[in-house]
Amino acid sequence: MPSNVPRRAVLTLMPGAVALAVWPYGAMAMTVDEARSKIGRVVADINAIINSGKPEAAMLKDFEQILVRYADVNYIAKSALGPAGRSASAAEIAAYTQAFQGYIARKYGRRFREFIGGEIEVVDARPLKSFYEVQTIAKLKGEAPFEVRWHVFEKGGKSQFFNLIIEGVNMLAAERTEVGAMLDQAGRSIPKLTEALKQAG
Amino acid sequence: MTAFPQRTRVLRPVALCVALALPACSPAPAGSDINDPYEAQNRAVHEENKRLDTAVFGGPGRESREPGPFVKGLANVGSNLKAPRNVVNGILQADPEIAVTNTFRFVINSTFGLAGLFDPATALGIPRKDTDFGATLARWGVPEGAYLELPVVGPSTERDAAGRIVDLALDPVYWYLGTPGAYGAFALQSASRIESRQRFAGTYESILYGSADSYAQARLLYLQSRRYELGQEEEVFDPYEDPYAQ
Repeated sequence: MPSNVPRRAVLTLMPGAVALAVWPYGAMAMTVDEARSKIGRVVADINAIINSGKPEAAMLKDFEQILVRYADVNYIAKSALGPAGRSASAAEIAAYTQAFQGYIARKYGRRFREFIGGEIEVVDARPLKSFYEVQTIAKLKGEAPFEVRWHVFEKGGKSQFFNLIIEGVNMLAAERTEVGAMLDQAGRSIPKLTEALKQAG
Repeated sequence: MTAFPQRTRVLRPVALCVALALPACSPAPAGSDINDPYEAQNRAVHEENKRLDTAVFGGPGRESREPGPFVKGLANVGSNLKAPRNVVNGILQADPEIAVTNTFRFVINSTFGLAGLFDPATALGIPRKDTDFGATLARWGVPEGAYLELPVVGPSTERDAAGRIVDLALDPVYWYLGTPGAYGAFALQSASRIESRQRFAGTYESILYGSADSYAQARLLYLQSRRYELGQEEEVFDPYEDPYAQ
C-alpha cells in the first residue's frame, strides 16, 4: 500500500473490498441448514411415497409432483438439451421441458420404486463451489447402504435441487448423454425429440 | 513403466505383466472426460454383449427381484473366494483397512459361514470391501487409459483390463487350488455378477434396452461409478452458468 494514499480513503475502501471478497457467498441468502432441511423435506416425501403402497402409476405421478415442487426442472431440462436449445423457439423449449419433466419422473420414479420398504436419510450438508451439496444415505432392504448426493442452489429466493449423484453417477451427465442420443435419433429436431420423450422413461 | 517404485523382487513380475498388458496406455485428450479411441470396436463388442445378455437372461421386461437361495449361496461362496485377492490388493495399496477387513471376513465366513455359503461377517458389522488390481494400479498412479468394452465382462478401461489379467495371476486362491480347482473358483467368483444382474434387473435393463444409446450410457455409468469408487475428482455442473453452454 503506497504511503501517500490518504488514510481515510483506505478506511472507506476497506469494507468495500471485504464485501467484494465475500460477495459470492454474501449473495447467497441460503445457508447450509436451509439446503439441508430442503432436502430433508424431499427425502421425507420420497420415503412417504415409496412406503405408501400405491400402484405404480400413482407413485410416478407423486414423483412428478416432487420434481415440480423441489427441483429446478427448467435448468435440468435445458442442461440436458445442451447447445441445441439455443436456436429453438420459446414455445418449443416449453413443450420440450414439459415432456422432459414427465420422462424424468417416470424414469427415476421407477428406480425409486425399487426402494420400497427402504428409507433415505440426510447425513450431512456442505457448501460446494457456488452451491450446496446435501449428502444422504439410501438404506434398502437387503442391500449395502449407498450414497445419494443432492446439489441445491438458490434462484429467485427459492432453493431447489438441480442435480442428483447416486454413488458418483451424475444425473445431469447421464441425461445429457441420453437426450443427446435421442436428439440425434430425432434428426436434431426438438419437436420430434419432445414427442419421443413423451413415450420414453 | 516407471510410474511406480519397484522396491521388492515380488513386485517385478507384476510390473512386467502390467507393462505387457498396457502396450498403449492411451493418455486422455485434454478437456475430455471420456477417452474412447476404440469406440467403433467397442460398440461392436457392446452389441455382442447385448445379444449374449438377451440369450442368457431373456432380454428386457424382467423386474428386479431378490435372487433365490441357490444363486445367493453361490454368489456368497464366490464373493468369499475373492477375499484373499482383496487382502493382497489391500496390502499392495498400503490400505490396512481393506487388508484387515477381508482377512477377518475370510476367516469368519469360511468357518461359521460354512465355506462362505452364508455371510455372518456382514451381520457382525464387517461388510464387504472389494477391491482389485485395477484399483491398485490407480493407487500407484497409473492413468486410466482408454475406455474398453470387453467381451462378456462388459465396460472396462485399459487400466482395469490389465488389472483383471494381473488379478488372475496373483489370486492366492488359484495358487492354492491349482488346476482344475482354480477354474471352479473363477466360475464361483463370477457368480456374484449373475446375482446382481437379477437383483438390479430393472436398472440393468433400463440402461441396456431402454436407453437411446445404451453403449454411451453404459460407458458413462461405468466411468463415473469407477472413478467414484477410486475416490477421484468428479464432474460438477455449475447451476449459475448458462445451461446450454455446459
